[in-house]
Amino acid sequence: MERLEKRIDVYPTHRHDTFKLRPGKPFPFGATMVPGGVNFSIYSSYATSCTLVLFEKESNEPMAEIPFNESFRVGNVWSMVVFDLDCEDIEYGYRMEGPFSPETGHRFDASKILLDPYAKAIGGRDTWGQTPDWQNVFPYRGRLVFEDFDWEDDHPLELPMEELVIYEAHVRSLTKHPSSGLKHPGTFAALKEKISHLKELGINCLELMPVYEFDEFENSRRNDETGELLFNYWGYSTVGFFAPKSGFAATGRLGMQVDEFKSLVKELHKSGIEVILDVVFNHTAEGNERGPTLSFRGIDNKTYYMLTPEGYYFNFSGCGNTLNCNNPVVRNLVLDCLRYWVAEYHIDGFRFDLAAILGRDSQGAPLANPPLLETLAYDPVLGRCKLIAEAWDAGGLYQVGSFPAYGRWAEWNGKYRDDVRKFLKGEPGMVGALSQRIQGSPDLYAWNDRGAAASINFITCHDGFTLFDLFAYNEKHNEANGEKNQDGGNDNDSWNCGVEGPTNDPEIKALRLRQIKNAWTILMLSQGIPMVLMGDEMGRTQDGNNNNYCHDSELNWLDWGLLEENSELFHFCKNLVAFRKAHPVLRRSGHLSNQDLSGCGYADITWHGTRAWQADWSDSSRVLAFMLCDHHSGDDFLYVAFNSHWDALDFELPQLPEGKKWHVAVNTGVEEVHEVGREKELSQGNFLVGPRSSIVLVGR
Amino acid sequence: MFQSTGEIIDGVAKITLKGELDAAASGQFKDTIEKMAEQNPKKVVMFMEELDFMASSGLRVLIFAKQKMGAGVDIHLIGCQEPVLNSLEMSGFHHSVYLQETYSEV
Repeated sequence: MERLEKRIDVYPTHRHDTFKLRPGKPFPFGATMVPGGVNFSIYSSYATSCTLVLFEKESNEPMAEIPFNESFRVGNVWSMVVFDLDCEDIEYGYRMEGPFSPETGHRFDASKILLDPYAKAIGGRDTWGQTPDWQNVFPYRGRLVFEDFDWEDDHPLELPMEELVIYEAHVRSLTKHPSSGLKHPGTFAALKEKISHLKELGINCLELMPVYEFDEFENSRRNDETGELLFNYWGYSTVGFFAPKSGFAATGRLGMQVDEFKSLVKELHKSGIEVILDVVFNHTAEGNERGPTLSFRGIDNKTYYMLTPEGYYFNFSGCGNTLNCNNPVVRNLVLDCLRYWVAEYHIDGFRFDLAAILGRDSQGAPLANPPLLETLAYDPVLGRCKLIAEAWDAGGLYQVGSFPAYGRWAEWNGKYRDDVRKFLKGEPGMVGALSQRIQGSPDLYAWNDRGAAASINFITCHDGFTLFDLFAYNEKHNEANGEKNQDGGNDNDSWNCGVEGPTNDPEIKALRLRQIKNAWTILMLSQGIPMVLMGDEMGRTQDGNNNNYCHDSELNWLDWGLLEENSELFHFCKNLVAFRKAHPVLRRSGHLSNQDLSGCGYADITWHGTRAWQADWSDSSRVLAFMLCDHHSGDDFLYVAFNSHWDALDFELPQLPEGKKWHVAVNTGVEEVHEVGREKELSQGNFLVGPRSSIVLVGR
Repeated sequence: MFQSTGEIIDGVAKITLKGELDAAASGQFKDTIEKMAEQNPKKVVMFMEELDFMASSGLRVLIFAKQKMGAGVDIHLIGCQEPVLNSLEMSGFHHSVYLQETYSEV
């Protein structure tokens, strides 16, 4: 280190006032600490000049404005080294001069101080919920980051995809409720204290809703009727792609959010839990032409955004603008960003919000071979991390089953959600579709040589009802969102079990609980990757709200009191997760063949109805049973029966090989779940499956 | 006003920190660490009872100390006050050192 600092070839060649400078290196973009100084590098194709603006931390007035000498520009990149800066105590941004002519795509505004798109930490909004100074011309301030975190031997876990059980959660929602009993609620530090719960449930992958810098006050407003302040609470609108959200860190005010988040990742890894980040590369927080100029718009609007011929913003995201992801410059930004999170934060994978947008060209047309998706799939640094697409967008492009995968990408399987919901609700004609979903959706993926692990199976996620609400509400109840219940989807495929909303009717309450258990059973017994929503293991409700994006309140915060109130449900869920882990036959990477390829006398999956070996595929059928046999792995036989009929039905069980007997692992009809290895032996050859109930049997 | 003093006794680097360890003071702390490291101590003990505040720059120097001294040299932090302890815990650095209320020579 000392030798580096004393390098004789790194010396100032220029001055600006008291600041010593020299031409910088164009790569890497961003602010990089180098011997004796900081290398600042930023790209713009159309800016006519660029000025580095330096502040002492939290100061309103700049300490210096240093224009980039024209000789410091290489191509379209301005770069310079500024020597002797106090890296701990400065914040920086840029002023860009250039044309303001929206009709040609340019919106330069030299009155604004712009955030570096590559800023690794961002100051200015350090405390969650603190009302911003709306007049501030430099609300988001780039900070320098030291890369000296003590990772010890930590490493991304690289769990096989098919082994994952994903838990989707929001940092603040998981830890903010007063019942959480946490010292620093709503923060990365607090989440560390809830790892024990995740371990007990048995999940091994935490998918975090946006954790990079976003503006919770974006489009904030009061609900006219209730007066409640509504936020951009979930955070699906990025300000800084490279920076963890300062307001999610208990140490944000001390500028230690990077350390705090890394510490969380390290602790999750120690517990065998991977970390997937939900990334939003489809749009930014700058909105449309009426939005603020924070960064991209003022640096190079025409490069970073998809623009109409008239210079307006294409809106495939439904959020005002669309990032121009297949422009090579933007593509590199996305790649650099993901590489950074993997290399510096040991992140295990990414879920891409509205990922279909990433496959559109600059005019919005879907590409057959999208360069960005291909680049990410084949990138060496990302080579072992998970890539998961939300394979649709707000512009109507729906690619579930056809997302360009390059052998790497998995998909949120929206078809799984829809079909399983309809079956559970008791809709006729769903048995055939359910059989495909249970097998890992070969109808969607096998044609393209994609295995079951391409399918992220989910019944609920942050968008839409919670699992409890799925069986407590027929209709959405979004009045609290202040949009007269016009927002949120209407195609929920939900069923309230007889009464809309809360009830004291014990029969309805029991039915709802049973339906929740049925849903968990289908999810954990399906091939593919199960994903559960935070709190569904304890009966979390959003009071029927299916578009909860704006509430910093108990509508989003997980009430940990439910864990005790619904302890039997939690016990059921964690046993099911354990059951899945104990049976490799449920976690195949390829698809089932429906044939006896091993010659053991049984196909790998066989289909049954109330009569063994005779599945009822008719439109009026509401029952499906199947048996799994994995001769190669030596796993037990498994028999699963789902009855979504309103009557109890007697199921004839398929006969096992000589010497083996069926044992009951799960029966949602009678609140029965047995720990793995302690299943109850059955003496009879048939099983009465209760109304709207599921059973799981083990043959050994 | 920040003060850091250090001495080596029987191969143990004993460093006492007082006052507020902010960005301006971290250089002094780093100098102390470097002087101690030159004598290859087998253990580092930092007395933190009178350290009232530690900014991120202070944490950076602690991380520097861990890396400078090497993996085989344990670092013990004695008597951290609540704000300092909070910063250590929330940033995860408490896993890399030994936190003790009092120091025993044994």
